[in-house]
Amino acid sequence: MNFRKLAAAALTLAAATYSAAAQEYPARPITLIVPFAAGGPTDVISRIIGDHMSKTLGQQLVIENAVGAGGTTGSTRAKRANPDGYTIIMGHLGTHAASVALYPNLAYNPSTDFEPIGLVAGTPIVILARKDFPAKDLKEFAAYVKANEAKINMAHAGVGSVSFTTCLLLNSIMGVKPTSVPFNGTGPAMNALVGSQVDYMCDQIVNVVSQITGGAIKGYAIATPERNAALKDVPTTTEAGMKEFQASAWNALFAPKDTPKPIVDKITAALDKALDDELTRKRLLELGSDIPNGPRRGQAALATLVSSEIAKWSPVIKAAGVSAN
Amino acid sequence: MDLVANLIHGFSVALSPINIGLCLVGALVGTLVGVLPGVGPVATIAMLLPITFGLPPVGALIMLAGIYYGAQYGGSTTSILVNIPGEASSVVTTLDGHQMARQGRAGPALAIAAIGSFFAGCVATVLVAALGAPLTVLALKFGPAEYFSLMVLGLVFAVVLAKGSIPKALAMIMLGLLLSMVGSDIETGQSRMAFDVPELSDGVGFVVVAMGVFGFAEIMRNLEMSQESRDVVNAKLTGLMPTLKDLKASAGAILRGTAIGSILGILPGGGAVIAAFAAYTFEKKMSKDPSRFGKGAIEGVAAPESANNAAAQTSFIPLLTLGIPPNAVMALMVGAMTIHGIVPGPQVMTKQPDLFWGMIASMWIGNAMLVIINLPLVGLWVRLLRVPYRMLFPAILIFCNIGNYSINNAPFDVSMTALFALLGYWLLKHDFEPAPMLLGYVLGPLMEENLRRAMLIARGDPMTFVQRPISAGLLALAVLLLVLAVLPMIRSKRNVVFVEGEN
Repeated sequence: MNFRKLAAAALTLAAATYSAAAQEYPARPITLIVPFAAGGPTDVISRIIGDHMSKTLGQQLVIENAVGAGGTTGSTRAKRANPDGYTIIMGHLGTHAASVALYPNLAYNPSTDFEPIGLVAGTPIVILARKDFPAKDLKEFAAYVKANEAKINMAHAGVGSVSFTTCLLLNSIMGVKPTSVPFNGTGPAMNALVGSQVDYMCDQIVNVVSQITGGAIKGYAIATPERNAALKDVPTTTEAGMKEFQASAWNALFAPKDTPKPIVDKITAALDKALDDELTRKRLLELGSDIPNGPRRGQAALATLVSSEIAKWSPVIKAAGVSAN
Repeated sequence: MDLVANLIHGFSVALSPINIGLCLVGALVGTLVGVLPGVGPVATIAMLLPITFGLPPVGALIMLAGIYYGAQYGGSTTSILVNIPGEASSVVTTLDGHQMARQGRAGPALAIAAIGSFFAGCVATVLVAALGAPLTVLALKFGPAEYFSLMVLGLVFAVVLAKGSIPKALAMIMLGLLLSMVGSDIETGQSRMAFDVPELSDGVGFVVVAMGVFGFAEIMRNLEMSQESRDVVNAKLTGLMPTLKDLKASAGAILRGTAIGSILGILPGGGAVIAAFAAYTFEKKMSKDPSRFGKGAIEGVAAPESANNAAAQTSFIPLLTLGIPPNAVMALMVGAMTIHGIVPGPQVMTKQPDLFWGMIASMWIGNAMLVIINLPLVGLWVRLLRVPYRMLFPAILIFCNIGNYSINNAPFDVSMTALFALLGYWLLKHDFEPAPMLLGYVLGPLMEENLRRAMLIARGDPMTFVQRPISAGLLALAVLLLVLAVLPMIRSKRNVVFVEGEN
């Protein structure tokens, strides 16, 4: 009996501090874990969005780059952080979807170990080839790769990277398994592609716009439903006759599981406000990003996205027979 | 002429009061960061990125570039004074630089490093401006096979620069290679030699190894000496500035170091590191008395310092002409550009002439500023050595540990550094040189990755390394160097046999 009373008292107390904490939140700077290196696409998006969210929340969002193991090191750290709203993470396609199939010993479950805050922005994937690749459009490209499978080299930025995972999907659609040549990041891979050392790769639009418009490489198609303002001349995969290939490296904010709902709501609202801000939008669009509209925003939409993306990428990765760790 | 007109335009941009101010801030911060062990330019630029939001893009990049080459200047200071290389490219500087400091010649060592860096920076800047675009072609000729051969050549440098026994140097290279294998396999993602420690899944960090094996081991060795012998290092300081004789001895080394650094800097990945080692090796081979190297030869400071600074400047070429970042700092610069809505790439030169030429002009101004900042500082740094060691070493340890921790915010790194310090101390006691190990450690992953890439592309045919002309040339050079290094050893052994036979 006594115990029951105590428990009840504890619960009331917890509830009181809980709502008080939500009201005061944020009382100090918030750590935003970015599981990738500073200067990369995810980092740049985090800094742009964090800049505006800091203004709304009245506290600085401090970016902490926790690099390693395809972003899973940083994500594991976020999972283990105090669920008080003072640590959140910028997850993405790799850390919160592809990782499930890639890392058999993954220390977290993207769907159950995090509270979704909201989708931030996606960077569309572009199919690229060396500048002297003998195919004038995507159809010819697919036919040529298929016919010359034994000679073809596909470059990627390392097992588990976005360029790797998305190209696996492309390969499975084209029905090919070319030699895949790993590089340490997209920079060196791009260097090899510009130097015609390898034949093709998939990469995020941020990294490729100037190389394509400058004629250093060929861009065959962009894997989104609509053309991108930054690359007006590159057709969509749907236009080019391969509408199954849809891929975008999405970035989204997550909080550790059990972060109080009112706090998560507050962060979601701040994110929404940032995504409507004109200057923030302009900056994101200049990167070639795809900014989510109404129905794709918010917590529920992100939860759905995570489960659908896990379902989309897991079979592709398993079929290719790769795993990390 | 176009180039002149462009440069004048560049200087008109770079010489605006705000840009001069930002260049100065960058150079100052860079020097400071370079001097604080463990706090590298990568961490600093990452921290300063948000600040650049509010600045005009050209000014922001001028400042960030200033931090980068400023750190190259500052990095040599810790190498010389306390034997802690801040970056892979200043490892070689410890060899003769710290020896000079122990002999009371820290002043001339620091001054020659600054002078050499300035000269190299000026020459390399002109090179970036005049030959940026054509030189890019060279970088693109380098495929995986060429990189592999270049790394082999780099490892041979490690053998040549060893001052003691060659078998011991080889053992240290092997140890470095083994260390570099810790982490994830790049092709399969399999974890290797990580013993299920998640922190090891990305390998052992460079700062962890360098700080432990060089810096902390050195501190332990100093501590075991008696107070008097330690103070000898500090007491007999002779002259702050290099003598005419020093300058004469260094002039050639600076010229050759600049040339080697300028060429190797263009190659993405490891260019600056190999440049410093190559320049040192080259000087040692050129020297009439190679035995002075490793014992405080001023050329051994001048050559690698000129080379790494030249390489630091020319490493902007791939970034500015192709938009491809050749190293972590350049990747951050790309980030800074994209934050400002500038997409780095082949069109930066034509579409953003203010940015391109302004940055190039600012590099020259920045280098001049660095010499003006650094030469008077030499006196201050040298005076720092007069601080009693019992007060100096805890400060060094604290700064190192803070810097080390801040790289990944990982306590694990700090503990690992302690382990490497013990290893380094043991190596010191048994006359193993750590420099070849560090070179093996830095070049190991590059060598492995490129070997595997080259083999994948050639479908398993090892002939690719000799069929491609650049690769074959590099391998031939490596063999030649190795023969030159090993020959005297065999000859001296024969002499020993003869001597014994006569007895």
